[in-house]
Amino acid sequence: MLIRTETPIPSSEITDERLYWNRREWLRRAGLLAGAAATGLLSMGCRAESRQVRRKTNPGPYDTDEPWTSYEDITTYNNFYEFGTGKRDPARNAHRLRTRPWTIRVEGLCHRPGTYQLEDFIKPFKLEERVYRLRCVEGWSMVIPWLGFPLADVIRRAEPLASAKFVEFTTLYDPEQMPGQKAPILDWPYVEGLRLDEALHPLTILAVGLYGKMLPNQNGAPIRLVVPWKYGFKSIKSIVRIRFVEKQPITTWMKAAPHEYGFYSNVNPNVDHPRWSQKTERRIGEFRKRKTLLFNGYADQVAHLYEGMDLRKYF
Amino acid sequence: MRRLSPWLNVLVWLGVAAPLLYLSWGLWTDRLGANPIQEITHQTGRWTLRFLLATLAITPLRRLTGWNGWIRWRRRLGLAAFFYASIHLLLYLWLDQFFDWSEIGRDILKRRFITVGLLAYGLMVPLAVTSTAGWIRRLGGRTWRRLHRLVYGIAVLGVLHYWWAVKFDWRPPLAYGLLLFVLLLLRLRRPASPPPRRPLPGAEDADQSRPTHEAGRLLSARASASGA
Repeated sequence: MLIRTETPIPSSEITDERLYWNRREWLRRAGLLAGAAATGLLSMGCRAESRQVRRKTNPGPYDTDEPWTSYEDITTYNNFYEFGTGKRDPARNAHRLRTRPWTIRVEGLCHRPGTYQLEDFIKPFKLEERVYRLRCVEGWSMVIPWLGFPLADVIRRAEPLASAKFVEFTTLYDPEQMPGQKAPILDWPYVEGLRLDEALHPLTILAVGLYGKMLPNQNGAPIRLVVPWKYGFKSIKSIVRIRFVEKQPITTWMKAAPHEYGFYSNVNPNVDHPRWSQKTERRIGEFRKRKTLLFNGYADQVAHLYEGMDLRKYF
Repeated sequence: MRRLSPWLNVLVWLGVAAPLLYLSWGLWTDRLGANPIQEITHQTGRWTLRFLLATLAITPLRRLTGWNGWIRWRRRLGLAAFFYASIHLLLYLWLDQFFDWSEIGRDILKRRFITVGLLAYGLMVPLAVTSTAGWIRRLGGRTWRRLHRLVYGIAVLGVLHYWWAVKFDWRPPLAYGLLLFVLLLLRLRRPASPPPRRPLPGAEDADQSRPTHEAGRLLSARASASGA
């Protein structure tokens, strides 16, 4: 087991008596779909069987009490272009990634930069479970029980200088392990960034596990960012470098399509993607779409970070 | 037009229905991943384009192989494209928008990939309706052919719809676009439609009562080509 902490990790806390099994209503027979052509009718039975899904019974202050998306869906439906652009590609190809040994560099404008082995990097911090909503910019969402620790812990340990205004994150670059990087679709390696106050926010965590287990490679092993009020692509995976900088970092998606993806990328139903609406989302496993919430439902906690800002301009 | 031989007929029908059967089976056995509705929407869209391109491949195939029999496949391929486009559109209206017409209206006005997609579908409707032998007779071969040239525009709009809809990986729509480009290019070598049935310009110079042997052969060859 890779994850070693002073206190027992919450995998022991997530015991079955703290959960209850809940029969989820899956997509019932969606009915008969009439085709316009003479071919007739398309029988469209959507996943007739129900699935057993858990939820947290005594949620913490940052947890949602919504039912969790199934482990299978969380680990087989991923956007991780380093392993291919199909949703199922990462689950198929991520076995190539070697997550040990894993080195993380903390550098830039801070008093205590350092290069850490993953185990040493994590060791001082207490892991906790956080059940967060994840909203993808493509219009789907999940509820994921992460295992991690606040990014703020890492930042305080590094003691950023007063001149540090932003934090920049970088994913591993190794086309042999990450075959998707051989294709020139994005400017590799993947880079993301947060304003320092966003990075220090207690909702922002570095995750090393989910469902009480080690993070599967396709979900960003061995360590990834989780920023639940922003679109999923902000939550960078397989991090090798954390850097304190003065200027706003130019992220990979900003480079790829500057008019479509901004630095902030806060979940916002009122600001559409230039090519599609962000008003609604499909929660994976649900039939009907649901309304997307401002800041992905975390407005009470994070809205103050953006007071006075035009969220259309700073999308 | 001669009918397809029975076994070939079955084969074509199976080919047309295969994607639908595959998707239905995948849905039933939960093999379409975590987001089956989106998967089916994307797949039916791609199959629409594939059948459209297959329809457009018939004429080049006839020219390359010299066998006109391909023509008997064309209507079925065209109707298959229309069928998959219908499912694709219905999934959008129903399971994406839940028939929220004001939202759909905004989508059409605001999002160019929806605009061109719907336009392409709208143009497919008259072609599907007039695909029967009765309509060919009613319209007359020339009018019918002219109307059905809309298929080029439909294919271009379809590829554009795909191009604008993808989040970022432009490689698949580019592949469809290149294929379409090649299929259209192959048509430029000769006029897309047969010339009107009148004597060749060269034939007028010759003795009208005794056309040259060569001109006569050409005329009869063109006449038979335009009959298909």
